Amino acid sequence: MTDQTPEPIKKVSIICAKGGLDEVYPALIMANGARMEGMEASIFFTFFGLNAIMKKMVKNLKVATVGNPSLNLAMPMMKMPVTMPFPTIMGAIPGVSNLATWMMKNEMENLDIPEVDEFLEMISDSGGHIYACKLAMDMFKLEKDDLVDSVEAVLTVGEFYEKSAGASIIFI
Amino acid sequence: MASREIAGVTVEFDDDNFMADHTAWNEAIAAELANEEGIETLTDRHIEIVQYFRNEFESIGTAPSIRKLNKSGVVPTKELYQLFPGGPAKKAARIAGLKKPQGCV
Repeated sequence: MTDQTPEPIKKVSIICAKGGLDEVYPALIMANGARMEGMEASIFFTFFGLNAIMKKMVKNLKVATVGNPSLNLAMPMMKMPVTMPFPTIMGAIPGVSNLATWMMKNEMENLDIPEVDEFLEMISDSGGHIYACKLAMDMFKLEKDDLVDSVEAVLTVGEFYEKSAGASIIFI
Repeated sequence: MASREIAGVTVEFDDDNFMADHTAWNEAIAAELANEEGIETLTDRHIEIVQYFRNEFESIGTAPSIRKLNKSGVVPTKELYQLFPGGPAKKAARIAGLKKPQGCV
């Protein structure tokens, strides 16, 4: 039996494969938090996660209100019990997703959490790395120019793993 | 809680090794704390930021976020990370004699 304290985490590589506002924020918060703790951090945006780093989309990410069974967490904001499911049919009404998105952005601002574009810049300025997946870029016919400036490089999966040497990998 | 001598005075530290009472702080203590954090010399720029941390703490009860430091023009994020390498918000708060910051961003 050894009772040595475990080694602290020194490096994290986060893979963000989804592009909903509620799916992108966790990746940003985890990466920024890692930098704040003095760890190395990178985020690899792939598949629909590319939305978060596209110039045209970075300010337009949405919270999905259809097919999102976890939206019950938003019910208390409407003075309803948290155990009540968010009615799917309501989620399909035009504007409801925008409303949910607006509400989440509002709450985030209250918590001093920046919008996605500002957050990406903040992580990049802090020495964190923002990468885009080459395969997904090819699939969606995107060019490096379509991406925000805080994206450091477009990488193949192999290159991403190479840069992740010694890191804990987190998939979001 | 533990007391120890630093910069010629006895100072009390909490369990996180942050100063228990920020009013007991002075620049000599700050210089010692900076050394403990691996910052050899506390420059005027460091002091300026540390002072801002203290003023913010006194007016709103909490250390400023990195975002606020950037947005309010006190110090750009890049420079902050260069001045306090390896965890700027925590390090600057500790050198400023404040409690450990509680926020996630």
